[in-house]
Amino acid sequence: MTGSVVQILESWNYLVVIALMMGGLFIVISQNNLVKKLVGLAIFQTSVFIFYISVGKMAGGTAPILMDGADRLYSNPLPHVLILTAIVVGVATTALGLALILRIHAAFGSIEDDEVLAMKAEAAEPRARRGDDVTGGGA
Amino acid sequence: MSLAQIIANLPALVVAIPLLLSPVAAMTPVAGLAWLLAVLGSGAAFLCALLLQGAVTSGESFSYFLGNWPPPWGIEFVVDAPSAFTVLVMSGLAFVATLFARTALLAEIAEADAGKAYAAWLLACGGLSGLVMTGDAFNLFVFLEISALSSVILIALGAGRDRRALIAGYNYLVIGAVGATFYVIGVGFIYAVTGSLNMADLAVRIPEVPQTTVVMVGFGFMMAGILVKAAIFPVHVWLPAAYAFAPSAVSSLLAAIATKAALYVMARIVFDIFAGMPEMIGFALEFVLVPLALGGIFIGTILAIYENDIKKLLAFSSVAQIGYIALAFGVSTTAGIAAGFIHIGNHALIKGGLFLAVGAYAVLLGRRINLTQMAGLGRRMPITTTAFLICGLSLIGLPLTAGFISKLYLVRALLEAEMMIVVGLVLASSALSVAYLWKIVEVLWKPAALIAPVREAPALYLPLWILALGNLWFGVAPAPLVDAAMRAAMQFTGGM
Repeated sequence: MTGSVVQILESWNYLVVIALMMGGLFIVISQNNLVKKLVGLAIFQTSVFIFYISVGKMAGGTAPILMDGADRLYSNPLPHVLILTAIVVGVATTALGLALILRIHAAFGSIEDDEVLAMKAEAAEPRARRGDDVTGGGA
Repeated sequence: MSLAQIIANLPALVVAIPLLLSPVAAMTPVAGLAWLLAVLGSGAAFLCALLLQGAVTSGESFSYFLGNWPPPWGIEFVVDAPSAFTVLVMSGLAFVATLFARTALLAEIAEADAGKAYAAWLLACGGLSGLVMTGDAFNLFVFLEISALSSVILIALGAGRDRRALIAGYNYLVIGAVGATFYVIGVGFIYAVTGSLNMADLAVRIPEVPQTTVVMVGFGFMMAGILVKAAIFPVHVWLPAAYAFAPSAVSSLLAAIATKAALYVMARIVFDIFAGMPEMIGFALEFVLVPLALGGIFIGTILAIYENDIKKLLAFSSVAQIGYIALAFGVSTTAGIAAGFIHIGNHALIKGGLFLAVGAYAVLLGRRINLTQMAGLGRRMPITTTAFLICGLSLIGLPLTAGFISKLYLVRALLEAEMMIVVGLVLASSALSVAYLWKIVEVLWKPAALIAPVREAPALYLPLWILALGNLWFGVAPAPLVDAAMRAAMQFTGGM
């Protein structure tokens, strides 16, 4: 019993990943504010980045640069490179999401999901701005 | 350069040409010129896909090493029967939709946005083709996001007419990003235990992995992500709004090709990468995919019956049709997988055609339309409406249309697999789909106040008729399509 607890605590990096992942996903689902949803999405994606990076890291391993005669322990660089790509994708997703939120605010005058949905049910024509703060209420 | 050399480079060209033309289109200020670039890009991709399919038909299968790095280290583009078939269907439909877009897209977006719109259009085409061509599990994620982000842009362009398009785009962005991230988590698990990302290499290594739990978890995450992208019930929620509020030309492009690529990827994951774990696959197909597919078929059909907005109605019907494809893959025999691929091709023709027709109505009537506004259109726009009717009959699977061939092979595969209850359900759902189609047809020929004929533009009805005739052609002479789909299925099952 204690053995398995120690084993779980030793892989604390995965615990961090799981906590971030669940937190991020929960924010995406539960938050009403469109910007906060996007923040949750970014946390969710980042947790996966950390997962990849910690998988590739060897304890005591060094950067994978070949030097003659040296018999060293190297970290796996491939997951790290993959995550560089994934970070770029994540930035693009966030940027596009924020751009859409700006347009939503201009068209609906709100970035609260329930208010926008309520207006969505009404006329489809753009309304005048109501002068809300861009960050919306509830902060 | 010899022909062999050109063919060897085709797998990269089919993806690279649209992607490279995209920034050029973005910088083009003239709408007509940007459209020409889009036609050029999608046409060249279609030509490449035709040549590839020709090479595959003569028994070849080849792969392209990006940057000349051999697999499993480098990224590989694989051309075999399933990928060549899917790319051909997708690039063909994308080409026709691009032809249609010239008048239709400009009618719904600002002219200043046209260059950027076509840039996103080309990105979506290239990204979806890349999704099918790639033989690398992580590279697939990148193409997944390229196509998803460009689709979001295209959907949100509908905001000029209806601001709800923005919400539809935002929701697709968030749901799609969560789905894609699930897929990446799955790839991470699989990479952690196999140390490989190349699909062919993974197929060899996965059965040898001692930690089967990790493999199962990875498989689950990858599938969950792809189910979102393929809009399989119950994670189809993004699809109806996205198709309904996007500009009509975009709806037809996405309806024809976007979910097809994801369905292909699902087949690739289930029957290729994880083929070495038949017990897990069998369980997942029988107890997860088949029930979800049946759920999608019924929910989609019933929602379509009660829907009044024509584009949303067709989108719900898409959910049901995607269910048929998933059901066919769920049978997992050679006949079943072949039926799935046949319906990938036929449904692209059917739904592409229906959305083009609705787009033509929308352009001429100048707004988004619900059923009551369509009264009497059959008399006012006979050319468009006849094509709509052909595609509609194909949708419910009338003999002599492509849809009939789909249903025939699906039911035959189900009978062979002795899934009698499912056969009954499929037939019942087909009967239900007559209900929503009849609702449209009735309205189209209803006597109406406005009876003045509308002048129909060839630029709108010619692409539509290409697809309508395609529906008839593949209903009467289905051999080429069926053979190609059979070859694709045999590749996965090893000819069993």
